[in-house]
Amino acid sequence: MNSEKYQKLKEIIALYLPEDVSVNDITEESHFINELNINSANLVDIILDVEDAFDIMLENEDMDQMQTVKSAVEIIETKLSNK
Amino acid sequence: MRRVVITGMGVCAPNGIGLNDFSEALRQGKSGVRFQPKLKELQFGCQIAANPLLKEGVKEKYFTPLQLRGLNASGLVYGVIAGVDAWNDAGLSKSPAGTPDWDSGILFGTGILGVDKFREAIYKVDEHNVRRLGSTAVMQTMASGISAYLGGILGCGNQVTTNSSACSTGTESVLMAYDRIISGNAERMLVGSCSDSGPYVWGGFDAMRILPRKYNNNPSEASRPMSETASGFVPGSGAGALVMESLESALHRNAKIYAEVLGGHVNSGGQRGGGTMTAPNNEAVQQCIIKGMKNADIESHEIDAINGHLTATSKDAAEISNWSEALDLKEVNFPYINSFKSMVGHCLAAAGSIECVGVVLQLANNQIFGNVNCEDIHPDITSQIASTKIPLKTFSFKADIIAKASFGFGDVNACVFFKRYID
Repeated sequence: MNSEKYQKLKEIIALYLPEDVSVNDITEESHFINELNINSANLVDIILDVEDAFDIMLENEDMDQMQTVKSAVEIIETKLSNK
Repeated sequence: MRRVVITGMGVCAPNGIGLNDFSEALRQGKSGVRFQPKLKELQFGCQIAANPLLKEGVKEKYFTPLQLRGLNASGLVYGVIAGVDAWNDAGLSKSPAGTPDWDSGILFGTGILGVDKFREAIYKVDEHNVRRLGSTAVMQTMASGISAYLGGILGCGNQVTTNSSACSTGTESVLMAYDRIISGNAERMLVGSCSDSGPYVWGGFDAMRILPRKYNNNPSEASRPMSETASGFVPGSGAGALVMESLESALHRNAKIYAEVLGGHVNSGGQRGGGTMTAPNNEAVQQCIIKGMKNADIESHEIDAINGHLTATSKDAAEISNWSEALDLKEVNFPYINSFKSMVGHCLAAAGSIECVGVVLQLANNQIFGNVNCEDIHPDITSQIASTKIPLKTFSFKADIIAKASFGFGDVNACVFFKRYID
């Protein structure tokens, strides 16, 4: 996994973690809602932050696929390589 | 019969944030009205307003970093500060994760919320960029956003709602919560109201030409309730909050008790009989006071002081007539009367709650706060009541009962009675 993109994504996610989940709990396999307990409404904000941070635009189908940290990094990489 | 008392308060007012600063400002007659460069830039006729001045780092004490992200709703910020302060002042704590407090509710009003956030959203939508609105455009702009934020922060499990009745909103919220506690449906209600700052809220009033235009270079003298030279109300913003609680619950918790709420009345003039969208039906105002006294089980001679609506327009003398008629008291027999709007302007939906906090502070501090900017009392007022009943300076006075009324667009009225708590 590209550690630079992974780190950048972790920094974005950190803001949205509930009190009882720490940044150290984030792994590549973490599921945003089921494991990191992120409020589903905030997924929308994470996507906007990702767009800003990587200067990409995510489509609805990308958003649907972004269930885990790993899938998010993969989508980011695909978008960046298609730029 | 259950009794309802006030066990906590918080305030975010133009002339003071927090109970200490606010009561000291009212005592000294300190004005929160200031020149607003933004209103000048936008070519408003009235370029002054009264808004709370938040110190740097204050918001961070009340909101999480996530909540602060994209937060652009000033009324929501004022309301959360006042509401959380009131809750803490009452010695209450936030509910632990897992279980809400089923006996505590929130009734926190507003006129319109998150106007600046809504403006942001409108621009994005019009630029075909609805997808970039983010997740909080809804909760920052829904009227009940304020009760929703407070409900989540404090973990309240009883009724969590928002009332809206223009400039009577804050006083109405006290009476609505009173009913809920009296009926046994709640033990504690955090009540209050908030109002946004800014040109998009105040502009409509400037367009109606009901704001003073001659005081842009002299802001602290602009708000002149009961004065012969009153020329309109100064727009304001902020929030006030009170924790209302059944006496039983307050005694059980050994809570400090600021005052008792005796009840009151809420009504409308129906925009009939002289009442319009913007002017009150005088008979309705009098009925509101008379029925309020009946509900509170008091007689007019027991009222020691009145905190009026008194916005500094030509209607002030009519309000005095209505009080005088309803109480059947005049000249030296009329109670003391004051208007905090001379210092905080007219905080619109937040006016009633900020002023209720001030009234309860008068009871708690054994003081009646002086009126400023009315050395020249309107002759139509001095023809009805003695000028000595309109104190120009704060003085020590142990009032037992103080009446508070607020009136609003739509011809709506609210009148509540607070009493020194005696067990």
